[in-house]
Amino acid sequence: MRTHSLKMTCLLAFLMPAAMAQTPTTLEKVKGSGTITVAYRDSSIPFSYLDDKAQPVGFGWEICGIIVDEVKKATGQPNLKVQTQAVTSANRIPLLMNGTIDIECGSTTNNSERQKQVAFATNYFYTGTRFLVKAGTAVNSIDDLKGKTVVSTTGTTNYKIIRNLNEEKKLGIDLIGAKDHADSALLVQTGRAVAFGMDDILLYGLKASAANPGEFAVVGEAIQVEPYAIMLRKDDPAFKKLVDDTLAGLMKSGDFEKLYKKWFMSPIPPKGINLNAPMSKDLVDNLKKLSDKPAT
Amino acid sequence: MAFTWNWQIFLQQNGGGQTYLGWLMSAWGWTMAVALCSLVVALLVGSLMGILRTTPSKTLVLLGNAWTELFRNIPLLVQVFLWYHVIPSLFVSLRAVPSFVLVVFALGFFTSSRISEQLKAGIQSLPQGQRQAGLAMGLTLPQTYRYVLLPMAFRVVIPPLTSEAMNIIKNSSVAFAVSIAELTMFAMQAQEETSRGIEIYLAVTALYFVSALAVNRVALFIEGLVQVPGMIGASK
Repeated sequence: MRTHSLKMTCLLAFLMPAAMAQTPTTLEKVKGSGTITVAYRDSSIPFSYLDDKAQPVGFGWEICGIIVDEVKKATGQPNLKVQTQAVTSANRIPLLMNGTIDIECGSTTNNSERQKQVAFATNYFYTGTRFLVKAGTAVNSIDDLKGKTVVSTTGTTNYKIIRNLNEEKKLGIDLIGAKDHADSALLVQTGRAVAFGMDDILLYGLKASAANPGEFAVVGEAIQVEPYAIMLRKDDPAFKKLVDDTLAGLMKSGDFEKLYKKWFMSPIPPKGINLNAPMSKDLVDNLKKLSDKPAT
Repeated sequence: MAFTWNWQIFLQQNGGGQTYLGWLMSAWGWTMAVALCSLVVALLVGSLMGILRTTPSKTLVLLGNAWTELFRNIPLLVQVFLWYHVIPSLFVSLRAVPSFVLVVFALGFFTSSRISEQLKAGIQSLPQGQRQAGLAMGLTLPQTYRYVLLPMAFRVVIPPLTSEAMNIIKNSSVAFAVSIAELTMFAMQAQEETSRGIEIYLAVTALYFVSALAVNRVALFIEGLVQVPGMIGASK
């Protein structure tokens, strides 16, 4: 099944422009086919990832579940079939556009570049670039890293943000690129770099899953805060309204905060780690504002 | 919505004080620096180990064999990891060594095991009589190697050494694992920043290809230059 859908994915990615033209709205499509396809990520902890039984779980996954319940009501199909489909950061947008998936509740940044291709629901998380350092290192902002070695993961926007800020402020930071997040954290642990600049939520995850979480600290004021949001197909106002209304309901009733506490401030599967990532000020504000404003 | 090329991307500023083209060139420089330095290490150490493995001394043969097998049987990326993370945590003094030096030695030693194998084969391909003749004429063993065996053996192994020299350019992409800003690292980062992965990867591919081909042409030139008429290893 999976290889089959993968092949289809490749194929469809090429046929995408043709498919786009006649895509019906999501609710029509779901009604017609009797199925809705929900995308999951395999390791976007705690948004959407696989637990020890290889089942998708997570904060976003649970919210997607609530949205699917609303879709069942809206389409009048209580027995709607729910299909799941793994996506990666590279294929999530093409798969959404070509109709392989209908909704993605992961850790996708809502930015204006992506809004040219897809739509986003109300922002449900905010992350910014902060620094993972060894506990006890005094870093309040990027200025405190002047002349030091800082690592970021290659292939991320965080690398670019730090490089450009370094140039702008003439900080003389020696910025190096590691091949993945675990490698970046290792460079801090072994002292080859003083700080690892990355999305704070990922840093909380890395810290929590380290052999000795007390060894690290996530510090510094957030640089360039970016919202995460549920991703939907573009130009589908009916479905976007359904998703936004569901989120608004959760945020007003306090259920959203309960879910947040469950996934960000309590032990989560599979290892029972606790991210201990309190709600950022931006997110607290957005529970009232209900904005879906993209990052630039 | 057909694909449109956007090669102008290379002339854009990356926000870090240079254009993507400038960054690409600096990355190419790092790739070549790693590759050429490693090649020097590999040729020196590889030749030495290859020679040791053909000497009459059992100890020296053992040393050469041990070296070759050690570096040949561990995956390159694992070796780089060992040099970068494991050994410095055992020997604290090594922590100050720049990652560039570490990766040059890692890549150099890995390739040296392959060159050692090739040179050994090259020496062994010569008739036994040559060594015996050299020694019978009163040359010492080092002199026999210097004036009789190695001039022939090196000519014989130029083609496989060419392959190794080309391989080392491609293998230099492991320097990415120790945070050197070389071509592979550039490709990964720049394609994320510009969303023009196809142009970026094509440019990087072309540079790898051109570099390896240049090495190939230089080696071919050397091969022609040192050609001994009537001997194997010469192409023209």
